[in-house]
Amino acid sequence: MERRTRTDSFIEEVSAIPGGEGIRLCIQCGTCTASCPNADSMDHTPSQLIAMTRAGMKEEVLSSNAMWHCLSCYLCTVRCPRGIKQTDLMHAFECLSVREGLSHGRTLTPAMYRSFNDFVYSLGSLPEAGFITWYYLLTNPLRAIRLLPMALSLRKRGRLTIRARRLTPEGTRQLRAILDKAEELGGVS
Amino acid sequence: MRYYAYFPGCSSSEGGAKAYGVSAQAVSKALGIELLELDDWNCCGSTPYSSFEELASFCLSARNLALAEKTGLDLVTPCSSCYVILNRANSYLKQYPDLKAKVDESLAAGGLEYKGTVRVRHLLDIFVNDIGYDTISATVKKSLEGLKVAPYYGCQLVRPSFGFDHPEMPESIDKLIVSLGGETINFPKKARCCGGSLIISEEDLSLSLIGKVLKSALDNGAECIITPCPLCQTNLDAYQKSADKRFMTSFNLPVLFFTQLMGVAFGLVERDLGLKSCIVPAETVLGKYL
Ligand code: SF4
Ligand code: SF4
Repeated sequence: MERRTRTDSFIEEVSAIPGGEGIRLCIQCGTCTASCPNADSMDHTPSQLIAMTRAGMKEEVLSSNAMWHCLSCYLCTVRCPRGIKQTDLMHAFECLSVREGLSHGRTLTPAMYRSFNDFVYSLGSLPEAGFITWYYLLTNPLRAIRLLPMALSLRKRGRLTIRARRLTPEGTRQLRAILDKAEELGGVS
Repeated sequence: MRYYAYFPGCSSSEGGAKAYGVSAQAVSKALGIELLELDDWNCCGSTPYSSFEELASFCLSARNLALAEKTGLDLVTPCSSCYVILNRANSYLKQYPDLKAKVDESLAAGGLEYKGTVRVRHLLDIFVNDIGYDTISATVKKSLEGLKVAPYYGCQLVRPSFGFDHPEMPESIDKLIVSLGGETINFPKKARCCGGSLIISEEDLSLSLIGKVLKSALDNGAECIITPCPLCQTNLDAYQKSADKRFMTSFNLPVLFFTQLMGVAFGLVERDLGLKSCIVPAETVLGKYL
């Protein structure tokens, strides 16, 4: 049987994710990095992440802040001369980083996404006010207070709903059954 | 009358972009379009979900697609983010049989099935392509003559490109403005990112992008901005004061949904326009057209 090196397994893990298969085609031209509005704030640039993945640097990639600074603006994706879906790779790194318990301590994005998901699972849709309050209470109660004036001006203009839109009881049951099954089936790869 | 299955998305139904949903419905009526809200839809699956549990995210999209398939109609959404998420799931389910198998099995647990026949469209796409600029022009009651409007496309309406406009130099909103009698402003940041949902977790990064978009529009002579995306509207409007503070500017640029501006030109009333929900007041600029 073929022996797998550390390198092989990480790149295979990434290529197995929908949209991730192009990673072997990268020619390191740097177009994605040059296009990325947040590249400067990332520990490693988008093209570096690809090089590191191919070099098997799983832990370094998955514990970085880079993918959590991705805006899903898709500029990299539409410009890549090799047709690599860099934005999908960023999402894949996020999923793997959470799965491996490596998600980055200095960025609050995972906490924001987590509170979002909890709401969607239980209600089927997103009450923005509830979600944002919950997120700030989890991460930064002081900022919640600083943002109060803006929240009030949104509220005054009818834009901060407290009441959540709910699915019908049958719809909620159906959605949960689907999501529970998905969880049972594990990831996409 | 043309009929479409309608997916408002969380923001435009009960959320911060309610005015978008209301004006979308009113303008559609005026154009002979009936948007039939999908019964019991759920969150599209959204970017944050795809960053945690990809399969669950695909399943959230797939449930909506399965519900839409039963109607036999195109599925239309006004939200650029829902548009990408639903479209991405739709095309990936065709492209990746292994993924499809898992999603099928999950859907079956809820008694649903998705064959893959739905077309996901953006509201702007059906306005400009199914209805057309000529009909839009013919519906105008008060021409927006003299109004300088910046068409802000943002990212996800045009990228990663599900086909109805150029991914970096789009034109559909420019032409829409002209068909309403207004003047369109060409500005370099028209299809660049507003900072997206990172405004919540990485405020500094996103504020700087918001500042750049606003500056680009103002420097090129815009009196107001229109957008097809709830997140773009919220970032540019609700965070404009924060951007002013950070960059020592005073932008004072009203930011509307494109449907609101269409509604003004169609002579609709405030109840259908929701202009009062703008944080930066729109009446100063739009007053003479109301
Ligand atoms: S643009 Fe494409 S080919 Fe070039 S470095 Fe980025 S991923 Fe690689
Ligand atoms: S999608 Fe993400 S990685 Fe790509 S250019 Fe935009 S912010 Fe950068």
